[in-house]
Amino acid sequence: MTGMNSAAEQGLCSCHVCNLVSRLEQGTGQAHCPRCGASLHYRKPGSVARCWALLISAYILYIPANLLTIMETGSLLKYRKDTIVSGVVELWKTGSWGIAIVVFIASVTIPLLKLISLTLLLVSVQRRSRWRPRQRTRLYRLVELVGRWSMLDIYVVALLAALVQLGNMATVKAGPAALAFGAVVVLTMFASMQFDPRLIWDPIQKEST
Amino acid sequence: MEHHSAQLIACHDCDLLQREIPLKKGCAASCRRCGAVLYRNATDSIDRTLAYTLAAAVLFVIANLFPIFAIEVQEAGSEINLFGAVQSLWDKQMHSVSLLVFLTTILIPALELITMTYLLLPLKFRHIPAGSYILLGMLKIVKPWGMIEVLMLGVLVSLVKLTSSFKVIPGIALWSFAALTLLLAAAAATFSARDVWERLDSKGDKEVAA
Repeated sequence: MTGMNSAAEQGLCSCHVCNLVSRLEQGTGQAHCPRCGASLHYRKPGSVARCWALLISAYILYIPANLLTIMETGSLLKYRKDTIVSGVVELWKTGSWGIAIVVFIASVTIPLLKLISLTLLLVSVQRRSRWRPRQRTRLYRLVELVGRWSMLDIYVVALLAALVQLGNMATVKAGPAALAFGAVVVLTMFASMQFDPRLIWDPIQKEST
Repeated sequence: MEHHSAQLIACHDCDLLQREIPLKKGCAASCRRCGAVLYRNATDSIDRTLAYTLAAAVLFVIANLFPIFAIEVQEAGSEINLFGAVQSLWDKQMHSVSLLVFLTTILIPALELITMTYLLLPLKFRHIPAGSYILLGMLKIVKPWGMIEVLMLGVLVSLVKLTSSFKVIPGIALWSFAALTLLLAAAAATFSARDVWERLDSKGDKEVAA
C-alpha cells in the first residue's frame, strides 16, 4: 500500500454522496453504499458518452446564441438590437470599461473556455493520454468553478426587460438568443458534471504497475 | 473490518487511495497526487454553518419581498423585485428563461436554506432528523444550481447599464442581496459534509447499541 494505488485497483469504491470507501462485491448486480445507500460505481457510468452528447448539443446551440439578438432596446430616439458581442462592444464604447470586461469574461471567455476544455479533456481521456494529468485535473476543476458565472447575461436581460417598460419612452425586450445562451450554460454545466476526472488518471495507473 | 475502512479515503478527482490523518483546526488535507482538497478540519462547522444559514434565510426573505431597484425618467418610472422579473419574462412567452431564473435564484436557494436548517438545527441538539441521508445527497446535487452570487453580479451590471439613461434608486433588496451573497459564501466555506456524516455515524451506532 505504499505505492500510488487507486481505490478501484484495490476493488474499493468511494461513495459519490458520502465519500465512504467500501469494497464493491463482484457480480452481485447493483451495489449500494453501506452508510447512505447510494448506488456505487467505480467510475461515473457512461461518463464519456453522456459528456460528448451534452457537449455537442452545447456547440450547436452556441451558434444561435451568438448570432441572434439577446436584447432589444427601444426608446423615442433610438432602437437597437444587440447580440452578446455587440452588447459588450457597446458597453466598451460608452466608457464602462470595467463592466465591459466583466461581461466579456462571463459571456464570451467562460463559455468558450468550457467548450474547448471539455473537448480537450474528452479527447485526451479517450486516447488514454498520459499527458500532464495534474494540469488536466486542474483544468477540470477550473471549468467546474467558473461555469456558473456565464449565467450573468441571462440575469441582466431578465432584470432589464422586466424593469424598463415605459411605453414609448423606453422598452427593453429579451431576444431569442437568451434562450439559446441559457441552454448552452445549462448543457455545459451538465456536461462537466458528467465528466469523471478519475478517468484522466486511469492510464497512468496501468503504466506504474 | 471491511465496513470500518473509514480511515481510508479515495480522492474524488484522481481516485488515489490514501489514509486519513488527523488535522489541526482550520487546516485542510489535499491529495498528494493531484492536489485536490480532500477534507478540512473546520472549526465548529455545524454551529457556524447553522448561524450563517439562519441569517441568510432572513435576508433571503427580505431580498425577495422588497424591490431591487427603481428607475425614474420624466414622471414615468417603475420598480422591480426578483419574482416580478420572473413573472414578466413568463408573460412575454419566454417560459424557459423565466423558469431558469426562477429555479436558480429563488427555488433552489430557498430549498438549500430550508434543507440546511432542517439538517443542522436538530444535529446541533444531538438529534438525527428523519431522511437526513437522502437530504444530504439531494443537497449535493442541487448545490451547483443555486446562483445568488451570479445574480448579484447581474444586478450590478444592470445598475451600471441603467444609470446611463435613467435615474436609478437602489432598493432594500439590493443591499440584502449583497449581504446574502457574503453569508452564503461564508456558509459554504464553513460547511463540512464530512462532519455531518461523522455525527450521523456516531449517533447511529449509539442508537443501535441502546
